[in-house]
Amino acid sequence: MLLYVARRLATGLVLALLVTLITFLLLAPSFDAIVGNRLGAGATAESIRAMKTQMGLDRPVLAQYSDWLARVARGDLGDSFFTGERVGHTVGQHLGVTMSIVLVTLALSVAFSVALGVTAAWRGGIADRVVQAVSLTGHLVPNLLVAIALVYLLSIRLGLLPATGFTPLTDDPATWARSIVIPVTALLIASMAGLTAQIRGAMTDELRKDYVRTLRTRGIPARSIILRHALRNASGPALTVLSFEFIAMLGGALIIEKVFAIPGFGSYAFDASLQGDVPVIMGITLFAVLLVVVVNLAVDLVNGWLNPKARIL
Amino acid sequence: MTDGLGPTRPRAPRRTAALRKLLRDPQALTTATVLLTVVALGLLAPVLTQHGVNEASLEHVDADPGTGDYLLGGDRSGRDIWARLLGSVNTSVVSALIGTGVALVIGLTAGLVGGYYDRLRSITEWVFSLVMTFPGLLLLIVLMPMTKGDHRVTMLIFGVLLSPGVYRLVRNLVLGVKNELFVDAARVSGLPDARILRRHVLFAIRGPVIIAAAFLCNASIGVQAGLAFLGVGSATVPSFGSMISEGFANLYIEPLQIVWPSLLLGVITVSLVLFGNALRDVLEGTVSAPSKNTARSSLATRTAPVGATPPELLVIEDLTIAYPTPSGELKEVVSGVHLRLEAGETLGLVGESGSGKTQTAFASLGVLPREAVVTRGSIRLEGRELLGASERELQRLRGRTIGYVPQEPMSNLNPSFTVGAELAEGLRAAADVSRAEARERMLTLLERVGIPDPPRTFASYPHQISGGMAQRVLIAGAVAAGPKLLIADEPTTALDVTVQAEILDLLRDLQKELHMAVLLVTHNFGIVADSCRRIAVMRQGEIVETGTCLDIFRAAEHPYTRMLLDSVLDEHSVRRDPPPSVSRILAKEER
Repeated sequence: MLLYVARRLATGLVLALLVTLITFLLLAPSFDAIVGNRLGAGATAESIRAMKTQMGLDRPVLAQYSDWLARVARGDLGDSFFTGERVGHTVGQHLGVTMSIVLVTLALSVAFSVALGVTAAWRGGIADRVVQAVSLTGHLVPNLLVAIALVYLLSIRLGLLPATGFTPLTDDPATWARSIVIPVTALLIASMAGLTAQIRGAMTDELRKDYVRTLRTRGIPARSIILRHALRNASGPALTVLSFEFIAMLGGALIIEKVFAIPGFGSYAFDASLQGDVPVIMGITLFAVLLVVVVNLAVDLVNGWLNPKARIL
Repeated sequence: MTDGLGPTRPRAPRRTAALRKLLRDPQALTTATVLLTVVALGLLAPVLTQHGVNEASLEHVDADPGTGDYLLGGDRSGRDIWARLLGSVNTSVVSALIGTGVALVIGLTAGLVGGYYDRLRSITEWVFSLVMTFPGLLLLIVLMPMTKGDHRVTMLIFGVLLSPGVYRLVRNLVLGVKNELFVDAARVSGLPDARILRRHVLFAIRGPVIIAAAFLCNASIGVQAGLAFLGVGSATVPSFGSMISEGFANLYIEPLQIVWPSLLLGVITVSLVLFGNALRDVLEGTVSAPSKNTARSSLATRTAPVGATPPELLVIEDLTIAYPTPSGELKEVVSGVHLRLEAGETLGLVGESGSGKTQTAFASLGVLPREAVVTRGSIRLEGRELLGASERELQRLRGRTIGYVPQEPMSNLNPSFTVGAELAEGLRAAADVSRAEARERMLTLLERVGIPDPPRTFASYPHQISGGMAQRVLIAGAVAAGPKLLIADEPTTALDVTVQAEILDLLRDLQKELHMAVLLVTHNFGIVADSCRRIAVMRQGEIVETGTCLDIFRAAEHPYTRMLLDSVLDEHSVRRDPPPSVSRILAKEER
């Protein structure tokens, strides 16, 4: 078990190495433009070259990368080209903002999707058709439009909630809650649509299986058959969908973050990319990959616990 | 050599059939028309507008719709909104084609290779898990310095990011198809692998891939618009995203400006998703929405229990079960079945597969599939009507009064629970015992049904025990709460011959010990002769003959019974003549 986790984490590190290397190689051709950007309008070929030498950007790309790696190994992600802030600190800060939105969204999404999906599969008939229609609608509307519509209605028209801005949870939980209502709703609609459809489908398949009938013939109450037996078997694929949604939201929350002026991970990455802030971009990439590795590992471990056949010991 | 094996011939009719079905589907037809119209509008843009997408004129800044030849007015830079909408359509179409195309080419190729060649799979798996690690949108943004915001390059990368989804889909489909007989046949007949992949496998998996393509288009369009909304991308390329963003900024001045692009983008996405769903229904076959079991409402005749006669354990009268066909009519699978079973008796219910035996058994347990409709009849257990009884009432009877042993042992155990946990839960649902007591009793019972190491089996998962063991476990589960009636549905069919006899012996012994009645459903007269006093023979949903075992074996009246009897194999009569078909024998008899 521990060995398995260690091996997975090791391959995760290799993965992170590869992804950051590829990112760095892809960034290297634009170093000139980035330096020019930093110097501003008055930049000449001369001053750009001088600046590149000063920043060490003129050295062989692989040497630069291994330098970066060596610094990361010591726990130093470098400083931003433009603000001079410590990258490790700011990335963590922005990640926290996004997480406080994404995790709330996913928790709500799981709660609603399980309730809706299970009801649809068990009740069938009208309940099933209603749930399918709801899930389809969620798929239909781009969440950009949902976000704009919500802002227009709830903030501009009714003035119920702040249109933009974000208060960290640690500052003031109540204001935080108010500030994330619209962003969470906008993200929730799409996330729920996918997860509900998945759970409904898996539960429908599961409830048709032989063992469900046999459990019924033992006099076991429907509640236990649905929630203990069938849902457990149906939740494996749903968990995978959930992990995909989580990964997609890391960057996908960006549009929502931009609409609502939330200083999250996505908009931080966006601004850094626009400026060509190489240390920040590298730090963001590293964090994102490691997060993905950890989430995938967690999903596999939970899946193993749920499904004894997939148990890896 | 054997090109006749190829699906060349069935290909054409099947494809046209699918196409015709698609054309008849209103949802598919409407959405396809909408999509084609939108694409055509984009293509015809040079004819439909006089203005370039970037042609700005000061006098048309925020112009109202219909100002001059500005059909929908001008935006805040004085550009023709109608022209920009058509331009945005083209941008979306190009994005969809590039993103989907790249994802399909990469995902399909790798999926076919990785699914078909076991040795290459570990490589493709690894590569795609690497690709999946890239957080999608984030990478597109990080690579902005490289793509310079060109939506075509961006979509090229996005296609790569979408490809793992296609890969996984195709890989799973190929793994499923690979061991199908027609692929085996092609392989045995010496067709080269590339050809098998192209003609047989690709053909078999085309449905889900086409459906996936519709959703990939949607994803590409959405991401392109999203990026343009953020201002990523060339300012000269019109896009729904940039139009929405400009309209959003101009919301108070000209609210209509945000409506047009939102509306058109909405229409395109909605059409794509609905079209994808319609495709799915046509290509994969719709499962008609199951309706709740209407047993209660549609019970036409329910014969009242006759008072005087001694109460029999199970009385089935005029039971008729039907299933809705795709055309909406009801097809009867059980028609007017009468059965009686006294306490302690064993009744053999014999018939070939599809004769309605299992449906009758399920009806007696109240576990018919949801779409089944009991159109008339009555099932009484100890004088109590089961049809129309509430789930709660039935639940109280199950396990306690009536037990069930299924046909296929493995699929009837929950794979995620230990045998013991499942058995104990069943016993505790039917009998009022503590957790520890339930465990004790099940261990004793497991030993009784011939499990060599009960504690070990108790702690095992179903996949860790053999089929014979699993069937013993299921029997133990069925009799745990001491039911008065045991329904055994082909309890030995899925087992080895040597195990079959042991299981039958076990059932017979348990019946005597527990004074149970047994309804033994089987197609095997040998089993019936061994275990039953009376026999009922079923054919095409009807009981054709009932009688004692002795009478039927000595002189079966119905020709079908005789045919079934003749088909029993024993060591004295290995059949040499070709098996007579049912209809021929019956025709002869009727003459």
